[in-house]
Amino acid sequence: MSGVAFKTLSKIAGPLIFVEGVDNAAYGEMVEIKLVNGQRRQGQVLDTRQGLAIVQVFGATPGLTTEGTSTKFLGETAKLSVSDEMLGRVFDGLGNPKDNGPKIVSKQRIDLVGSGINPYSREEPSEFIQTGMSNVDGMNTLVRGQKLPIFSGSGLPHNLLAAQIARQAKVLSASESFSVVFAAIGITSEEANFFVKQFEESGALGRTVLFLNLSSDPSMERILTPRLALTTAEFLAYEREMHVLVILTDMTNYCEALREISAAREEVPGRRGYPGYMYTDLASIYERAGKIKGRKGSVTQIPILTMPADDITHPIPDLTGYITEGQIVMSRDLHRADIHPPVDVLTSLSRLMNQGIGKGRTREDHRSLADQLYATYAQGKDARALAAIVGEEALSDLDRKFLKIANRFERSFVNQGLDENRSIEQTLDIGWELLSGLTESEMNRIKPELIAKYAKKTLEGGE
Amino acid sequence: MVDAIVSRISGPVVVASGLEDAKMYDVVRIGELGLVGEIIRLEGNKATVQVYEDTTGLRPGEKVVNTKRPLSIQLGPGLLKSIYDGIQRPLDVLRAQSGDFIGRGKTIPALDQQKKWEFIPIKKKSSDVSQGEIIGEVQETPLIKHKIMIPFEVNGKLTEISEGKFTVNEIVATVQSNSSKIDIGLSNWWMVRSPRPVLRKLPPEEPLLTGQRVLDTFFPVAKGGTAAIPGPFGSGKTVTQQQLAKWADSNVIVYVGCGERGNEMTEVLTNFPKLEDPKSKRPLMERTILVANTSNMPVAAREASIYTGITMGEYYRDMGYGVALMADSTSRWAEALREISGRLEEMPGEEGYPAYLGRKLSEFYERGGKSIIVSPEERMGSLTLVGAVSPPGGDFSEPVSQNTLRVTRVFWALDANLASRRHFPSINWLTSYSLYADDMNDWYKNNVSKEWISHRKEALEILQRESELQEIVQLVGYDALPEPEKGVLDTARSIREDYLQQSAYDEIDTYTSIKKQHQMLAIILEFGKKEADAIKKGIPSSKIGALEVRKMISKIKWTPEDKVERLINEIKVDMDDQFASLLAEVSN
Repeated sequence: MSGVAFKTLSKIAGPLIFVEGVDNAAYGEMVEIKLVNGQRRQGQVLDTRQGLAIVQVFGATPGLTTEGTSTKFLGETAKLSVSDEMLGRVFDGLGNPKDNGPKIVSKQRIDLVGSGINPYSREEPSEFIQTGMSNVDGMNTLVRGQKLPIFSGSGLPHNLLAAQIARQAKVLSASESFSVVFAAIGITSEEANFFVKQFEESGALGRTVLFLNLSSDPSMERILTPRLALTTAEFLAYEREMHVLVILTDMTNYCEALREISAAREEVPGRRGYPGYMYTDLASIYERAGKIKGRKGSVTQIPILTMPADDITHPIPDLTGYITEGQIVMSRDLHRADIHPPVDVLTSLSRLMNQGIGKGRTREDHRSLADQLYATYAQGKDARALAAIVGEEALSDLDRKFLKIANRFERSFVNQGLDENRSIEQTLDIGWELLSGLTESEMNRIKPELIAKYAKKTLEGGE
Repeated sequence: MVDAIVSRISGPVVVASGLEDAKMYDVVRIGELGLVGEIIRLEGNKATVQVYEDTTGLRPGEKVVNTKRPLSIQLGPGLLKSIYDGIQRPLDVLRAQSGDFIGRGKTIPALDQQKKWEFIPIKKKSSDVSQGEIIGEVQETPLIKHKIMIPFEVNGKLTEISEGKFTVNEIVATVQSNSSKIDIGLSNWWMVRSPRPVLRKLPPEEPLLTGQRVLDTFFPVAKGGTAAIPGPFGSGKTVTQQQLAKWADSNVIVYVGCGERGNEMTEVLTNFPKLEDPKSKRPLMERTILVANTSNMPVAAREASIYTGITMGEYYRDMGYGVALMADSTSRWAEALREISGRLEEMPGEEGYPAYLGRKLSEFYERGGKSIIVSPEERMGSLTLVGAVSPPGGDFSEPVSQNTLRVTRVFWALDANLASRRHFPSINWLTSYSLYADDMNDWYKNNVSKEWISHRKEALEILQRESELQEIVQLVGYDALPEPEKGVLDTARSIREDYLQQSAYDEIDTYTSIKKQHQMLAIILEFGKKEADAIKKGIPSSKIGALEVRKMISKIKWTPEDKVERLINEIKVDMDDQFASLLAEVSN
């Protein structure tokens, strides 16, 4: 098929064009479309049969005509040229240079949508990443090779959190820093500039690759942008032995683009109009995080998504949560209370936490301390709700104690400065300090040996 | 046959034209790569095929070859300790052949074709044999003797039987049946979509012990029973499923990771060889088969993975073993069904799922059960099915949850609220149920204790009472409650925290024998009774809560099985002493 141009466009429907007379376009084959005015667009085959190919156009369809438009089938599926030169560069959502630098020329061209990692080849992620954020390190620990999304809402400072993590993240045993691959998916230029500035200021730009699809860019590009980022990340991780942190923001925009194509194809919709295969599609992105046996590098993902109307049951956060290894959830209430980062630790979760913590990794008391803090904070929040109805005086002594701890937990554990980089010891010590008002039997999540060893002696038995 | 070609490709669905005498569910090989697919619709000479591998790069006009065989898997020694994809390709061998990423168009035998197994005959030459009869054994792993059985519908005289070392494809016996000679090898083939027949099903009356207190005590599943675990993400479905796979007292475990995370399978692969079966002290992997079709692997193979898993389970059941199958998650299987159905442009039922979703689910769960196996000695085997369900948004009213609950008899309702306060396992004790509990009363009476049933009932009542009292507390505050009610809340709290909460990650707490469960619950309830008595005599509940012996009760779960007895006895003595001195204080 390679090289043949067809001028037989029969129909244009939203982002899709129907090319007739094509007999053997490959499924997933890339297509170059030349408009009457000489402009070019890229596209990809979505459905192919003898005599017809349905092509999804990346880029805007205005100006497209059924007559005169020529479509060239390129004979290969989507590929990306990769090389070391990509570090420090800025690309658009389709992988073209955006920083006036030269095009990446490389013999090495990798499929954008590769096969999945064989589960047998995976190595269990277990290296603790210290992000310097107490709510992450202490309560929802991130490990190398994990995919841990941030569930946020419009107007919440998820970008500040993501940037702070990218800036501070390090593995205690290793000297090398993370390389960062950043994919902007339909975010505003203001937000994108914020990240670029952050990387510049922290001196990380030299080990960062940026792919920017801004909100003014064509929405269809957004299907490719995260895949470009992950292909680059896999190249850096598995062939250049780097530890790569991938930030994808905002996955909500990606899902909107997916819905747009599905609607144009007149598919039977699943929940809220999103296609029934959205789970599988998202998995093909998120599951590209991980570590592979016998290879040195790793891909750690922090996708960011904004929950429409802060609704965690919306299909986008819902399906994401079923695929990712936990989630960091932002809370509007905490944000209003001026707590930074406003992370709701109770709904947050890291599934790989246990592999990354404990003796020899962080500290032996980490697991039980986190459990106790969770339980105590949850009870404290219940007590707060109760106090709102019956008044604080009507609470039991124990509930009053929990309530006090919950308040302090938010103000001194969750809350931390924009530049504050806490070591894991600091984080755990703050935790023990919060619990110092409890008696041993009230700390029923912690074994007595650990209480004896770590509890803050000065305050013990303070009741 | 060579004339058949691909005429359309839309994701995992391919239309082939020119296939003569194709049958439904025949397996076909597609394109130059020879991708594996299965015919799911026939129309004239056009066959619609669901392809088990990624179709990217496939072109109309490429050839299609019909293997003329429905999707079948090989059953024989070597299944245990293996990890397969949805169509029974061993993932370790696949990795050796095609690298760290899943290769396409590979045909890899499921069983090691070279390995020689020691076959020990049981039947003598020229004895009469009939279908299902065991003629010999192979020690597959130190835990499991693999029984070599006469195939279904074969009856006759054993004309030859050998002893020695054989590969899975070699013949070990020959049966003269009527006029035909039938060779019997160490392995055979079975079509995954047809259930292996049984003589009849028996009522389940023995619990599958899991070592998980909330399950064994409150909501037990019977050997041969069916259970559903629905829950929103992060509520602990996978941990619960893995705990079952680790500790359930089954002979064989089949764990199907259906459309879930790759790292979870890695976790199983890393941990199971290290963990010991509590009874035999052998690595758990020696009784386990893994089927992993993770979310980023092709969607059609995900649909098949459940059938591949259950067929292997049935096969070991037929040998007379107790088998438990965990499927995580059936929702992903249903979604695969929906995706294929959508590509076929079928009229959708509820939420886009095909109208036959309910039928397919009930057909699947019906393959479980405690059964009399087709065999002359009428031996018994059981297949327990536990399916995780991932309802969107945690809303149990969606079609997959509802259709599953209609056919399963145990419901373990995972609760996001419990999970967020780290109450694990986060199984809600008010909404969960087990319809087997009463059927198994005799077993508990004979094997645990006569009091087991009344304790269970009492504990559930206290928890029920707690939830009612909590509503009152919400209105008037805790301090306004009368003292006896405060006592009830204390006991309920002890049941929740000292008993129901169980850490999967603690070496000791991860598994509790049924005996220890009984001792724990008994002492908690006894403390509750003593507390109620003391309150009647005018002692405030706050004083009782501060008793030293309380602390000791919370320690039982961390105490190794062999030291429990001693601790319980100490607690009993201390409890009597401490209550007595409290009472003495009051009367003075």
